[in-house]
Amino acid sequence: MSPDPAAATPVSAVPEAPPVRAVPGTGEAKRHMLIVLVMDRPGVLNRVASLMRARNFNIDSLAVSRTDKEHISRMTLTLHGDDVAVEQAAKQLYRLIDVLKVQDVTQDQVVEHELALIKVRATDGNRGEVIKIVELYKGAIVDISAESVIVEAHGTETEIDALVALLRSYGIKELVRTGATVMLRGAGSIEEALKL
Amino acid sequence: MTMTKGEPPAAGAADAPQRRSHVPGDGTAGAAAIEQARHDMLHEVRGRKRTRIGADALMEALILQGADTLFSYPGGVILPIYDILADYPQIRHILVRHEQGGGHAADGYARASGKVGVCMGTSGPGATNLVTAIGTAQLDSIPMVALTGNVAAPLLGKDAFQEIDITGITLPMTKHNYLVRNADDIPRVVAEAFYIAKTGRPGPVHVDFTKDALQAETRAEHPSLDEIIAGLPGFRPTFEGHPRQLKTAAREIATAKRPLILAGHGVLIAEAWDELKALAEKAQIPVAWTLLGIGAMDEEHPLAYGYMGMHGWKHVNRAIQSADLLIAIGMRFDDRVTGSVKTYAPYARIIHADIDPAEIGKNVAVEVPIVGDAKNVLQGLTRLVHAVDPADRAEYLAQLKEWREESLGSSWHGSGRSDILTADHVVERIGALTDHVATYVADVGQNQMWLARYTGFRRPHSHISSGGLGTMGFAVPAAMGAALGNPDAETWAVCGDGGFQMTSQELMTLAADRIPVKIALLDNKKLGMIRQWQELVYAGNYHSSHLPGPDFVKLAEAYGIPAFKVSTTNEVDAAIHAAQAVDGPALIWFEIEQEQNVYPMMPAGKGLSDLIEQRGPEE
Repeated sequence: MSPDPAAATPVSAVPEAPPVRAVPGTGEAKRHMLIVLVMDRPGVLNRVASLMRARNFNIDSLAVSRTDKEHISRMTLTLHGDDVAVEQAAKQLYRLIDVLKVQDVTQDQVVEHELALIKVRATDGNRGEVIKIVELYKGAIVDISAESVIVEAHGTETEIDALVALLRSYGIKELVRTGATVMLRGAGSIEEALKL
Repeated sequence: MTMTKGEPPAAGAADAPQRRSHVPGDGTAGAAAIEQARHDMLHEVRGRKRTRIGADALMEALILQGADTLFSYPGGVILPIYDILADYPQIRHILVRHEQGGGHAADGYARASGKVGVCMGTSGPGATNLVTAIGTAQLDSIPMVALTGNVAAPLLGKDAFQEIDITGITLPMTKHNYLVRNADDIPRVVAEAFYIAKTGRPGPVHVDFTKDALQAETRAEHPSLDEIIAGLPGFRPTFEGHPRQLKTAAREIATAKRPLILAGHGVLIAEAWDELKALAEKAQIPVAWTLLGIGAMDEEHPLAYGYMGMHGWKHVNRAIQSADLLIAIGMRFDDRVTGSVKTYAPYARIIHADIDPAEIGKNVAVEVPIVGDAKNVLQGLTRLVHAVDPADRAEYLAQLKEWREESLGSSWHGSGRSDILTADHVVERIGALTDHVATYVADVGQNQMWLARYTGFRRPHSHISSGGLGTMGFAVPAAMGAALGNPDAETWAVCGDGGFQMTSQELMTLAADRIPVKIALLDNKKLGMIRQWQELVYAGNYHSSHLPGPDFVKLAEAYGIPAFKVSTTNEVDAAIHAAQAVDGPALIWFEIEQEQNVYPMMPAGKGLSDLIEQRGPEE
């Protein structure tokens, strides 16, 4: 039933089996950071989140805020995927009418910051140790009670991961993280580059 | 039904809330307000000098956008529109019998006319009934504006009567959507909706209006095109193919020995059929097409090769599998086109042009991506490619011709057999007796594949089919819209008995508005494609694929539609002529062979080289 490859192929040196076509997006998955500038309109966060869900992309973190430009909001979105999959995510985001700019800054020189508040079990017996660890990570104790402290920490995702791992042995009662926020180093501006 | 506008008392008022009277004429302030409102209703709305309300702004905007037909079904919250509709005779209102029918009609109207189709439904169930039609338009990139009403803004989120979060529902299945709570926003939003729906890669845009926005007075003016564009800074489609990519593509074409053009819906959307022909002729490249690309090239053209994919022609799939270069224009390498991607076109390099960058590299990796609309890209390529002498392609073209002849003879399509009435024969005769230039609207399933394969299409926009979503029940309402969108063409709806029974209520719309759709009902008393899969993939476990139906002649006649029944091959032509002679809608009930399959068939998960074929039952 299938076409005879010998008859079907133009070249005389016909391979034994036809070559296998590469399927896009089967490379190595790694963490990507996207900056997404959007129109500050009702539902825009829903649009972005819904698209990522529907297209089967997993958001690791998402931080949203206003910018200094009226009507423009900024999202920092981190996700895991290979380059092709993340490029596809970016292209799909571009299809949203309210999305103005999508930039994958994974390979760029950036300042990356995330804020975390961690409520850790700490009593008279071990509070000193906890404070030492927090100081090493340039965090701060922002609340103390008889049985716990609240640690404020900021840094890259990896740095906070490391601190959280260390504090886990004392007992983490609560943890909240903002998700990564990033900005490109240098004088260039993703906002100023927008042609509105 | 009692119509009450539940206006909640102002919360947190400093004074104790005054009791509001609902008894007219009892002398209280509330009763006076009701009287005044009633007076205003009677005198302002019916009189010449009424105030301009949000619903007026909507109708003006539709007219400004060139809409002339509105497929709709009334309901509580869109009554403000129905109340003023008669003041806008420029818009023909088609009262459909179900919102889904209205949605598909707007879709068919858009596909046949190239304009934006408009449909409308009320809040809640009216809106959810539109959802299938909106999804159908989304998957096939159809420019459509779907309008719905919603409860008054103060009631939003309160689970009010007939309230549903319809913008939440349509958000992932539209090109864009809006919830309008303020009458002053209506001119801008409607203008944007049309602009977005038709610009770049088309798609449906849904606009939901709260009832109070439709009722409120407004002086808002309609924006100019420049203002619309300025208000959408995130929407800037790329039309021109990048010159460097075009040059690279032209180089690929120059060195290819077995090139093949794959024409998709984008060629039709961009109205680029002349450009397609020009490129094919200059470079002597045969053209294959997707389901939605049917009509992009006259099937009689010497370089027209045929319909590709799961139920496409064997010779076309064979050409794809042996090609060394695929030039894909405005198509998206859907799974029904490629089958298993790993075995797809193993020897081919791929040039992929599409206006939507997200389509390029989505399903197959390509060597030369080009973002741009089909017209620009085809013009650019035609300019850059070398003219090829047909003699230089003689060997290739001769082989394709040989494959075609073999393929036409090998797959059973029953034609010529007079003992049984086969679907392909019916479809072939409809094509022939309409000179292949009618508008043919398919339903979904076997009938859709038979229509695509055997009709013979000779002009653009002559074939209308729900390709992406595969929506059964599409044909009759879409044909209704197509007949109004292109009244110069005879319109045929070709459907199976399953799909027909899903939306047959629109027979009444056809009859009431005398919309001249000819319905060819291919009745095999089966869900034929389901039965075919059960036969070939599920070892003959025919659960629920047998589908008894009513007496379709009686059904049509109950609606006042002339109907004819055909059970043998020699009655076919006479019935088609009889239906054509009817001034208005008509139905032919073809009782076809019950177990005819569509061949060849590519089983799901297999590749284009793994087609199942059968010559048909032993005679």
